[in-house]
Amino acid sequence: MKHLALAAALLASAAPLAAETHRVAPGEGAGTRLQEALILAVPGDVVELGAGRFVLADGLSLDVDGVTVRGAGMALTVLDFTNQQGAGEGLLVTSDNVTLRDFAVENAKGDAIKSKGADNIVYYRIRVTWTGGPLATNGAYGIYPVESTGVLIDGCMVSGASDAGIYVGQSRDITVRYSVAEYNVAGIEIENSRNAIVHDNLATRNTGGILVFDLPGLPVMNGGNVVVSDNVVVDNDTPNFAPPGNIVAGVRRGTGIMVMANDDVRIFGNRIDRNPTTAVMVISYPNAFDDAGYNPTPRKVMIAGNAIGRNGYDPQIDGAPALLAAFGGSLPPVLWDGLGNAPNASGKQDARAWTLNLPMQAAGFDKANPAPLQLEPRPPTPASVLPGAPAALEARLQ
Amino acid sequence: MKRGPALLIAAAALLSGTIAARATVIAESRVNDAVVAGAGMPRALSEFGFFADGARQVPGERVTPYALGTPLWSDGADKLRFIYLPEGTQLIADGEGLLQFPVGAAIIKTFAFGDGAERRLIETRVLLHRADGWVALPYRWNDEQTDATLALAGGRIDLVTPAGEAISYAIPNKNQCKSCHGKDGQVIPIGPKARNLSAEWLGQMQRKGWLVGATAGGDRLPDWRTHATGPAAPLARAYLDVNCAHCHQPGGGASNSGLDLRWEQDGAHALGILKRPVAAGRGAGGHDFSILPGAPDKSILLYRMDSAEPGIAMPELGKASVDREGGAVVRRWILEMKPE
Repeated sequence: MKHLALAAALLASAAPLAAETHRVAPGEGAGTRLQEALILAVPGDVVELGAGRFVLADGLSLDVDGVTVRGAGMALTVLDFTNQQGAGEGLLVTSDNVTLRDFAVENAKGDAIKSKGADNIVYYRIRVTWTGGPLATNGAYGIYPVESTGVLIDGCMVSGASDAGIYVGQSRDITVRYSVAEYNVAGIEIENSRNAIVHDNLATRNTGGILVFDLPGLPVMNGGNVVVSDNVVVDNDTPNFAPPGNIVAGVRRGTGIMVMANDDVRIFGNRIDRNPTTAVMVISYPNAFDDAGYNPTPRKVMIAGNAIGRNGYDPQIDGAPALLAAFGGSLPPVLWDGLGNAPNASGKQDARAWTLNLPMQAAGFDKANPAPLQLEPRPPTPASVLPGAPAALEARLQ
Repeated sequence: MKRGPALLIAAAALLSGTIAARATVIAESRVNDAVVAGAGMPRALSEFGFFADGARQVPGERVTPYALGTPLWSDGADKLRFIYLPEGTQLIADGEGLLQFPVGAAIIKTFAFGDGAERRLIETRVLLHRADGWVALPYRWNDEQTDATLALAGGRIDLVTPAGEAISYAIPNKNQCKSCHGKDGQVIPIGPKARNLSAEWLGQMQRKGWLVGATAGGDRLPDWRTHATGPAAPLARAYLDVNCAHCHQPGGGASNSGLDLRWEQDGAHALGILKRPVAAGRGAGGHDFSILPGAPDKSILLYRMDSAEPGIAMPELGKASVDREGGAVVRRWILEMKPE
């Protein structure tokens, strides 16, 4: 086994020519053939999925480093989990240096694609769809890297996730770009992660467009150094269809960009328009917690250079009519809960805010004492570490 | 002829006959060490030589049956468990945890449904301890019950459980073996922990010279056969350790959840008490906490145990139906907790 592994490693590093391509066609027994190919692949191999619909009764898994799983295109190669009988996700990846590209996953009973502890992963031109539309019975996450270092999500499309379409959790060195998230509860979510950049995506028709959260009680906490830039975040007006009990079930219909806790989040150059509750929301973790190492408040949030259109005209907030009347028909674009340091902003629209003036963390919304607020500018500080996926991941996109 | 010599001759005949028979048995039931410790994935279970009689699950030489105090539940299947130790090797115990196996050893588990003449062997899972680590392989028995074939991609079989439920029983694929039998990216055994093996069995193994080291340590897991009336807390904790903790622990498949159901875990929040869900999706069942003390019907943990639906059910792998007994014990345990 040892010398075989060594040989495989040598082959993989020597030249791509030495790598094998395992072709799997849809049809009878596709699930078995595909799973066998994923088990028997060695580092450097390509598992090539033919065009067509793969009807699958069980989730698939990949645990071999350096494998590429490539379809004929996100419209042409479909992994169909409508009749899934077992496993928690459609495809589970637990190995490093994997590339997933050019296929679609439909109707997974749980999460569509989960990659756990899978460092240096690329999701490229992947589509995830729950074809029945936004339903609480849909799986939770569409594209779900977790506990990973080095994540690139590029050119992907996700719709129908009952938690987050594109969700990156407890990870670092992340890029999410050129992707579309629509009709999910959360379009794109970065949670308990560091050094992430979410740029040039379209988040539309979700409950909340782009979320940056940090939660207590998890193995990896203290998220931060996140950039959300140049995204189009518009028309996020789908009512929240998350199953109750999940933290995302508290996201208000019509939230553009939401920050919960976290240290150092930059919201730059986004187009944020027609989100009925708010363009930007910056709040603390809202529940009681028992975790000495966790800071529930958002720190060093910077909002600048965004093209902020009309938001906050139909907020899903208690006391909305009175608030709307007080603010002249629509709420200011930035909502802050009043805890920790206020976000900073530069730019006429970016700085228009209101505060809930909550007396303390985990105080209910009924304790709010709303008032308008003008956000202050702050000189820019360079990021401690440039956020984003390692450059080597980009090199794989050809 | 006088009785004495006749008896002697008869005895000699008997003895030689016996030796001949034993010689045949030894040849059939010798485990093939080269296959166990080698590099390949044998196509047929018989290639290992673990069983003198596969259909009857009669173990071969140096293949020892064992049982667990609280075993993993698998749709009510009968589980026949065996350990193989190569000649001249032994297990090493180090307190209450996993026994350490020598390279070349194997752990074998056959799943069967039905009683007596109706018993059907469905699958045999093997864990092989090779020089560069453990390898897990699943084998599926044929209808004739003569041999089992490697099922790398797993498989599904329609059958009826002892509880009378018609299910599509899932044989795991090789990756799924590692989903549970995995810690920090390495394949590891789960079952044979000193605290879950009977004192008698451990004593026997020690007397045979097949086990060395000290097995004393913390509490033993209870005997699951006492589940109906025994104290709820140790039974529930044992059940959760054996059915869930392989994933729900640091370094396990569900490490990201923060829920740690190991027997040795002391922290209330880590065990799920007043712990909020992280990525449960509709598995949360509308509830706020993994465990709400005193309120089993509002506890996500029990909600997921009581489901067999993919996306909700826990464990995610290894069950196609719900364990009523296990659920009842966990329910009792949560009921006994004082609400905060």
